[in-house]
Amino acid sequence: MAGKTLYDKLWEQHLVRMDADGTALIYIDRQLVHEVTSPQAFEGLRIANRKPWRVSANAAVPDHNVPTTDRSGGVDAIVDPISRIQVQTLDKNASEFGITEFKMGDIRQGIVHVVGPEQGLTLPGMTVVCGDSHTSTHGAVGALAFGIGTSEVEHVLATQCLLQKKMKNMRIRVEGKLQPGVTAKDVVLAIIGKIGTAGGTGYAIEFAGQVIRDLSIEGRMTICNMSIEAGARAGMVAPDEKTFAYVQGRPFAPKGELMTNAVTAWQDLYSDADAVFDAEVVLQGETILPQVSWGTSPEMVIPITGAVPDPEAESDEVKADSIRRALAYMGLKAGMKATDIPVNVVFIGSCTNSRIEDLRQAAAVLQGKKIAPSVEMALVVPGSGLVKQQAEQEGLDKIFIAAGFEWREPGCSMCLAMNADRVPAGKHCASTSNRNFEGRQGAGSRTHLVSPAMAAAAAVAGHFVDVRGMTV
Amino acid sequence: MYQFTTLTALVAPLDRANVDTDAIIPKQFLKSIKRSGFGPFAFDEWRYLDVGQPDMDCTNRPINPSFSLNQPRYLGAKILLTRQNFGCGSSREHAPWALKDYGFDAIIAPSYADIFFNNSFKNGILPIVLPDALVQQLFEEVAATEGYQLTIDLPSQTITTPSGQQIAFDVDPFRKHCLLNGLDDIGLTLQHADEIKRYEEARRVTMPWMF
Repeated sequence: MAGKTLYDKLWEQHLVRMDADGTALIYIDRQLVHEVTSPQAFEGLRIANRKPWRVSANAAVPDHNVPTTDRSGGVDAIVDPISRIQVQTLDKNASEFGITEFKMGDIRQGIVHVVGPEQGLTLPGMTVVCGDSHTSTHGAVGALAFGIGTSEVEHVLATQCLLQKKMKNMRIRVEGKLQPGVTAKDVVLAIIGKIGTAGGTGYAIEFAGQVIRDLSIEGRMTICNMSIEAGARAGMVAPDEKTFAYVQGRPFAPKGELMTNAVTAWQDLYSDADAVFDAEVVLQGETILPQVSWGTSPEMVIPITGAVPDPEAESDEVKADSIRRALAYMGLKAGMKATDIPVNVVFIGSCTNSRIEDLRQAAAVLQGKKIAPSVEMALVVPGSGLVKQQAEQEGLDKIFIAAGFEWREPGCSMCLAMNADRVPAGKHCASTSNRNFEGRQGAGSRTHLVSPAMAAAAAVAGHFVDVRGMTV
Repeated sequence: MYQFTTLTALVAPLDRANVDTDAIIPKQFLKSIKRSGFGPFAFDEWRYLDVGQPDMDCTNRPINPSFSLNQPRYLGAKILLTRQNFGCGSSREHAPWALKDYGFDAIIAPSYADIFFNNSFKNGILPIVLPDALVQQLFEEVAATEGYQLTIDLPSQTITTPSGQQIAFDVDPFRKHCLLNGLDDIGLTLQHADEIKRYEEARRVTMPWMF
């Protein structure tokens, strides 16, 4: 009998029951809750007169709607009345049902996918869900983590389980070494460029290989975060000594003997040597260049040394049509060089790239430099209050501010522009976020996905530029 | 819970691949704390020429005449015909809520994003997967014939075209059962409450650090 993959092991450990047709009930260890996709779930519980199955399995944090500017007025001072109601509704629901919440004034508040691992709420071997597609982020610690809809949020609240069918197994190995200046974000963009935004549909992806092992836990989170942009609900990395060291000592992590026993169990969480994957993709680290997305789908990505594609060279008519639409929306010409794309707005933040390591990488590029005059707005939005505090202790805030960036309060911010932070219509934004869909960062906004270092380099140059050629 | 058995209805084409949930319902509308009222804002940025805001009265907004769903011949459609990877991106269930509220009860496409696919069933929308060639054929027939209708029969898992052609489709047996009977997932799961409790008690012993 063939060995088991990491995903097979996680699946089996959480299987409560399975019907003959493969419909399974799996147990959920942790549910993270934010204000946008939960109000209707709590309302559903109330209407059906149901109580949460295990209150302590849940934790809540407002992130999508919170302002990133001055918060001294508290929730009641959120200017947009609808945003305010959503944050107030989360506060009310968390309080009514007794769920732990990191409220807007709490230093632990931040983006749900930054806060979960930071607090030790997400552990190796757990099943982790949240009404948010970027829940795949938590797979970086060796958890089975995926995004769900609001009906499922309610289902987990009420039953601590989810109805699922087992996904297929895909392994993406990134071997060798990365070039200096090339980071986790470039790796995941290169993966999406290779397999496409539907390449991982129906699969749970395990990221493996020397490059992945060499990444920090933060870097692995960046990779797992964008599994969903490759079509896969779940992405994961087998936990190792780095993972155990990362978890050790976090507020909600096990302590003492419990932690020792946990680590022993976690050491079994890897794909067996003879495990069979339904699909396998291999990339060589040395060949990955800094990436820039040019279009309106994350698969529309090119290396910084490349050029925007020509629809006339595409034989598939549906794809050629997508390229034409994207060029028109983005205001770009076929064949233009990536380094000729102008940059008007820079956003460093989001659940993909707002951790301390991301801020360090951007600050290293910006040290002693100024943003170009053509850059009208440049924001740094740390992923949590604790990331912000750490960055300030390291003096990173001063580097950003001296370069001309605004240093903001934590939240989702301009990644999806649900709060007041938006890219104006027609403007090109170098963004460390995860989606470049039409209108994502504001109506008419033109998003280019890049790494924090590449965003910082673009801010200085006023157009995209190869960060490998910049003196750091 | 919604029920779906058979449907005979007008088909509307949306000839784009990778339609994402941000396009289906833009983020400004996610601020609602209700499940209803999203229909007038479905595909807002493609459908209207101005920028939509929550609580807007959409009856007098300038519509984009080149957007297919705005063409008079497709008004009242309950079946959406589209291309691959429909519903990619954000997990927002507001997307199927908006499509349902707009009037769609079924979607036909070569493929869907996983989370959207799952969310659709939970809101009484049947997402049907057909091979590219059949989807292409239906696009051509819809364009050629005004008032083009399809009959979708879930019990027999068939689509019947106006010419009488029968097209079979696959559907997960459990999801089919739930849709045919309008069953509530949570109620079904709670029938297994004892099993869940037993699992949980065993886990507390073997992996106490999870609690």
